[in-house]
Amino acid sequence: MTENNSTPLIRLSAAQLAAKLAAREVTAVEVVQAHLDRIAAVDGGERGVHAFLHVNAEEALAVAAEVDAIRAAGGAAAEELHELAGVPIAVKDLIVTIGQPTTAGSKILEGWHSPYDATVVQKLRAAKMPILGKTNLDEFAMGSSTEHSAFGPTRNPWDLDRIPGGSGGGSAAAVAAFEAPLALGTDTGGSIRQPGAVTGTVGVKPTYGGVSRYGAIAMASSLDQIGPVSRTVLDSALLHQVIGGHDPHDSTSLPDPLADLAAAARLGNVDGMKIGIIKELHGEGYQAGVENRFNESLELLRQAGAEIVEVSCPNFKYALGAYYLIMPSEASSNLAKFDGVRYGLRVLPEEPPLTIERVMGATRAAGFGDEVKRRVILGTYALSAGYYDAYYGSAQKVRTLIQRDFDAAFAKADVLISPTAPTTAFKLGEKLDDPLAMYLNDVATIPANMAGVPGLSLPGGLADEDGLPVGIQLLAPAREDARLYRVGAVLESLLEEKWGGPLLDSAPELTASPVVEPVETLVDAQEAK
Amino acid sequence: MAAINRDDVAHLARLAHIEMSAEELDRMAGELAVIVDAVKSVSEAAGDDVPATSHPIPLNNVFREDVVGHTFTAEQALSGAPDSDDNRFKVPAILDEA
Repeated sequence: MTENNSTPLIRLSAAQLAAKLAAREVTAVEVVQAHLDRIAAVDGGERGVHAFLHVNAEEALAVAAEVDAIRAAGGAAAEELHELAGVPIAVKDLIVTIGQPTTAGSKILEGWHSPYDATVVQKLRAAKMPILGKTNLDEFAMGSSTEHSAFGPTRNPWDLDRIPGGSGGGSAAAVAAFEAPLALGTDTGGSIRQPGAVTGTVGVKPTYGGVSRYGAIAMASSLDQIGPVSRTVLDSALLHQVIGGHDPHDSTSLPDPLADLAAAARLGNVDGMKIGIIKELHGEGYQAGVENRFNESLELLRQAGAEIVEVSCPNFKYALGAYYLIMPSEASSNLAKFDGVRYGLRVLPEEPPLTIERVMGATRAAGFGDEVKRRVILGTYALSAGYYDAYYGSAQKVRTLIQRDFDAAFAKADVLISPTAPTTAFKLGEKLDDPLAMYLNDVATIPANMAGVPGLSLPGGLADEDGLPVGIQLLAPAREDARLYRVGAVLESLLEEKWGGPLLDSAPELTASPVVEPVETLVDAQEAK
Repeated sequence: MAAINRDDVAHLARLAHIEMSAEELDRMAGELAVIVDAVKSVSEAAGDDVPATSHPIPLNNVFREDVVGHTFTAEQALSGAPDSDDNRFKVPAILDEA
């Protein structure tokens, strides 16, 4: 936002906070406390945002105090502090952390504490970024609305009766509600980008293998990717640089050196770049207000000197179907480990015999929610003898066709563009009883996961008919994540010039929840859940 | 491809170790039939000449040096277990002879 001395700390971007911290205009403890106060004011209660499943106040303040002490002492240690040291962050509760519970939004892991940190969490700790807490998600990241969380839904800060997207609705809502300047998400079919779109925030799915998946509880291993969530394109680039790079603990981690993504975001020009509109990812099936904002962004990029071309990806029409075979297949295998033996819930059957097999059946029946059960059954079906070739095998072939479509499109354009989601945020409960309608939210985001290419969603304005945020998606070839930040930052600045400030400045003011709970109470209550 | 029915779901639920009530089987069979119907066009999308892709960006022969790295202590490994005994995970009877 346009910053001045009276701007509250919670409304500053991560880059702005980093600059103030480096200049010693504020302390990291003040920054962390401001966000904890905000969480206490807007997250809990009957009509709270409910972005957080756990608040990590004590540790976050301790890390902040450590950063402040290093800065105050000066010398080499202060010089060596990471640019984002002291800038707080929220972490999706699918990513394991020492010292805080990790639930994956599931009853089956309620109360479980990981004995190790995910690689991305180790990197946050090395950069001395205080972790504010763990954010809500659809159970095991399975959903597009965060309504499939076993611990209750998250609300969209733009309209508390609407969904914040999913599965990473908690991370997106926390950032949109100014409860955190940054968050980590995971994206298997759009779980970073679609929540970004419907909450007016920025979310990036990096190139597959660009960020280590070690310590992200796996849903579909060939599709999952951890990525940044923020309010500005530059902030996502800065966070991407913290978490990216090779990790020997993840055999799918790319050995490539990480490009200077923040430099790409600061470059600020698209002159002569070719930007491709994907014919199959707009028009029919997309809400009019989404389409209007999309066309407006195209016009702005054209005026900035980009050449807009049209590309066709005819096999994208099979992407959703192929995804809903590959993802459940991999998920059914990955979730087999939740068996009531090594961690989490154990439920004993009511009647004998008390065999391990029956304990597993009773544990998984009680521990998994409906959507997880649906996907495990669907995956077991797609992988079963007699159906494997027709389902899983065919879906893997479609994956090849989608990659070929992307190859052909990137031969004609440097970057591709589409709406991130076909609609704006829908009402809580609206699609809960219709799994297929829920799946259609991911139609524009899934192709990137199938091909492993990077994607970014940024706010494109508000839809005329409902005044809710619309997301614009940019896609680049694998390993070319820098292009997303370059084009995204230009489009963001053109749009903000048009709006007279960031889109979130026009979001309704969140009032404190009726019962304002102090942070300590909130932590206890959330641990008790 | 055959449609999925209630008996299929019951069989799959057994394979996946998820106990299901009669009501749950009825509901799940209906929902899954709709989903399977929606995804079946996938089997007609690609010809025999199209190779399968299992990983989007395949890396081959990812090895590391054969040295002992970080390992959990027994205590750490058992820290989340529902039941343990003498540094081992403890489970109910494996065989049905209780």
